[in-house]
Amino acid sequence: MIAAILVLSALAGVSGLLLGFAAIRFKVEGDPIVDKIDAILPQTQCGQCGYPGCRPYAEAIAAGEADINQCPPGGENGVVALADLLGRDPKPLNAEHGAVKPKMLAVIDEQNCIGCTLCIQACPVDAILGAAKHMHTVIASECTGCELCVAPCPVDCIDMIPIAQTITTWKWTYPSVTAKAAA
Amino acid sequence: MSRLYPFHGGLKTVRHKTESNQQPIQRAALPRRLMVPLRQHIGAMAKPVVASGDQVLKGQMIGQADGYISAAIHAPTSGRVATVETRPVPHPSGLPDLCVVIDSDGEERWVERQPVDYRALHPSELRNILRNAGVVGLGGAAFPSAVKLNLSGHRERLETLILNGAECEPWITCDDRLMREQAAGIVAGLHVMVHLLEPREVLIGIEDDKPEAIAAMIEACAGTGYEVRPAPTRYPSGSVKQLVKLLTGKETPVEGLPIDVGVQCFNVATAYTVHRAVDHGEPVISRTVTVTGHVRQPGNFQALLGTPFAELVEQAGGYQEGVERLIMGGPMMGFALHSDEVPLTKAANCILAASAEELAPTQPVMPCIRCGACVDVCPANLLPQQLYWHARAKEFDKAQDYHLFSCIECGCCSTVCPSHIPLVQYYRYAKNEIWAQEKEKQKAELARQRHQARLERLEREKQEREAKLRQKAPARAARAESEGGGKLDIETAVARAKPHPDAANPAATRQQDA
Repeated sequence: MIAAILVLSALAGVSGLLLGFAAIRFKVEGDPIVDKIDAILPQTQCGQCGYPGCRPYAEAIAAGEADINQCPPGGENGVVALADLLGRDPKPLNAEHGAVKPKMLAVIDEQNCIGCTLCIQACPVDAILGAAKHMHTVIASECTGCELCVAPCPVDCIDMIPIAQTITTWKWTYPSVTAKAAA
Repeated sequence: MSRLYPFHGGLKTVRHKTESNQQPIQRAALPRRLMVPLRQHIGAMAKPVVASGDQVLKGQMIGQADGYISAAIHAPTSGRVATVETRPVPHPSGLPDLCVVIDSDGEERWVERQPVDYRALHPSELRNILRNAGVVGLGGAAFPSAVKLNLSGHRERLETLILNGAECEPWITCDDRLMREQAAGIVAGLHVMVHLLEPREVLIGIEDDKPEAIAAMIEACAGTGYEVRPAPTRYPSGSVKQLVKLLTGKETPVEGLPIDVGVQCFNVATAYTVHRAVDHGEPVISRTVTVTGHVRQPGNFQALLGTPFAELVEQAGGYQEGVERLIMGGPMMGFALHSDEVPLTKAANCILAASAEELAPTQPVMPCIRCGACVDVCPANLLPQQLYWHARAKEFDKAQDYHLFSCIECGCCSTVCPSHIPLVQYYRYAKNEIWAQEKEKQKAELARQRHQARLERLEREKQEREAKLRQKAPARAARAESEGGGKLDIETAVARAKPHPDAANPAATRQQDA
């Protein structure tokens, strides 16, 4: 009787120590599921989901506050990837948060720019270059096409233009099968 | 006796070589206007160094190599640069790309050519000469040769240098004719490559349906120690990894390169351009191209890069009736062109005018019956039907598990498929999607970092502002103390607001405001 109690207590003690050690040694910083969700999101930082950036949205999804279908730039593929990750059923994009659009690029009409710096302050990825009372310009390779710079412009000189296809971005399309016999 | 190590799969295809390999290579006429694309190679596009209105000489550099994996582009003839703009180029998309358009003056005035003695040069100098001469692989991939001629970072020593004269695709005969007519030049170029790479052995692989070429190369190689190895005709023996296996028995690792097993491989035409660049100082401004199929007088032409395909077809007697499609490359791995007004590039080894006869009849696509015929012929030892299922279902990660990127797109599987499934089209689609997703991911990662950096910057600026305020607070308090409290404070403020003696100078006030 006493032996059994002793053995069990010793076992409990050892396990407790082990668990305690593991909790310190393998401590997880932050929430790994947030990182995984964030990795799927397109990082446009456009705020269409209702959160100020992709990471806050990822945190909201992980906390169960936001649904997985609020990101139009991620498109249907993004929803499917999130559903896969979280073990949920994919659902169509929520139209409230905007429609899927082709990738766009912001272009400043440099003739009309008055150098107010409002767009620079709005850009979430610091992709606009310029100084007060000097012309601004968009660094095309860094622009995510989030459109956040368009609204603040007091002289309406920023346009969103679709990114033209070139030889380097062209892709072979899905084969169109001629007969309907294909299973 | 040298041994051969047959690769798995492959096909006996129709040859159609005699249509074009009976006459010597003809010099193509000088076109009035040449369109020279600045992207004729794998890697970064050459940077244009001429502008419209400039006079250029034959062989003058018009595009500079931009980055390590890139090659220079040269004016194929003397004349005036009409414009530098996007023009249609030979590409499956039919999209235009940046070209230098040159109106030839018909005088063919050369720039000063400087032949060099390669034995006296440091390897890196020699590689630079080849890079600036625009030497790229002329077998079809157009990979900058200077990169492949550099062993450092790969291994100490090269085991085998292979010269690829297999030319396994039906219809194409430009390498065949070049070996027959310029064997000495090819071997001279090979000497330069051997000097750079110092291989233990040099093998020249040629399919045995080219007895004249084999004889010419054996004669040119006499006394050099280079070994000509005739190989049985079996498509795709001219594909790099298959030729390496065939001649050395070595298997190139999945997603690896022949250099990983100590082998490097070059096309015979590339060796010839190396010879021209080093021993004559001539950059790559022309190439041998087969014009064949449904044209009146098929043959091979030494044509300037930038010559429109239509003019080459014209010189081959023009189209016969019933041409349905113009193909660049061979019928197995080539692609259909959208127009014949596109220019000749370094990668263009063949222009095939195809009629219904040459094209495989389009038959209705039937479901896959899992017969396994594609597995038997796949020279890359893949499971084409598995790749097909996953590519069709857009399950790209699973397709990659089956080594999608080891597929060389040779077309053997599509040819034998009894259900006529366009298998290679599915693989190309899947590869392109995966590349695009990869690029997208990289872009997203960059945006994430930039957004993160911005948030950190905003936070830092906020803290700096607060720290400044905190620093100023005691000083303000002390001043208030010394000047005797609130009342005085107001007085000093009023005094400060009064026009300054300097106020006549508006610039000074503005500075204060700021």
